[in-house]
Amino acid sequence: MSTSHPVTAVRTYAAVFIALLVGTGLTVYIAYFDFGFLNTFVALTVAVTKATLVVWYFMGVRYNTPLTKVVVVAGFFWLLIMFGLGMSDYLTRPWMGVPGR
Amino acid sequence: MADDTAAGIAHAHAHHPRQQHHFHSMDQQLEASILGMWVFLVTEIMFFGGLFLAYIVYRWMYPDAWIAGSNVLNVPLGALNTAVLICSSLTMALAVRAAQVGSRRGQIVNLILTILLGTTFLVVKYFEYAEKFHHGLVPGAFWNPVHELADGTLEPLHLPGGAQLFFSLYFIMTGIHAAHMVVGIGLMLVILAMAWKDMFSAEYYGPVEVSGLYWHFVDIVWIFLFPLLYLLGYHFGH
Repeated sequence: MSTSHPVTAVRTYAAVFIALLVGTGLTVYIAYFDFGFLNTFVALTVAVTKATLVVWYFMGVRYNTPLTKVVVVAGFFWLLIMFGLGMSDYLTRPWMGVPGR
Repeated sequence: MADDTAAGIAHAHAHHPRQQHHFHSMDQQLEASILGMWVFLVTEIMFFGGLFLAYIVYRWMYPDAWIAGSNVLNVPLGALNTAVLICSSLTMALAVRAAQVGSRRGQIVNLILTILLGTTFLVVKYFEYAEKFHHGLVPGAFWNPVHELADGTLEPLHLPGGAQLFFSLYFIMTGIHAAHMVVGIGLMLVILAMAWKDMFSAEYYGPVEVSGLYWHFVDIVWIFLFPLLYLLGYHFGH
């Protein structure tokens, strides 16, 4: 028997499923409110929460080895590095008057 | 023959027939498959990540085009497709669970539901694309934005500069996502055939688990595409 990957209860999957549907409704609902410069942040917070639920429960990363968990986290972390370095370039070009923005 | 010896027979009995010889145990084999799939999914994160970075850069350059473009997209259909994909992720997770508890029927039912929900997503996407083509929102030579009045007549729609970039990214991002859905459905058909032959059990369900990881990943991409393309335009720029 596989001991490191326990069988998840249907109830747990159902609860995550409902949370994801509520999250989808919430995303649409809050899009009609204006949070000023926080609009993007609020929408992405809901999306990241939903994605985390999928990764942790549906994809079962909670039962994976630490090595697999590190790879998962590293994947998303590299994405942030790419966004961070990419935008630190584009956002600072106007400061120096560099052509091409 | 070595296999005729008592040791050889004992060896054959100690291992699950599906266990490859370079693994110590079925658990290690499963974890190795999962790790391998995640390494592939990391490359997928970076692949879609490049498009998301392009989205961020051009949205920063053409905020007005992003607001206008986003408001043209069909929010009810986008929300419907989000719900459809979440349902398919549930049935996918339940298919893996069915394999873990050795239920052939549970695997078959949930895999068929997953395939049907994935197909539903693509059908809805087809109607969305058809509407965009009809309204001249395809970047390039045929770019001719119009909007439909209440009586059905088409009137030219003025969109700010950069709107073609928004729709380029809309079609590329959702198009590549849809291509991933097609691949996922093909994958599920293979897994369904394997489940039909009752190949999976509590000891051996790696193919269902690993294909499921791919399916859930495609769902996650849509979880980000939906607010970023369909919804965020409403208030961006404040």
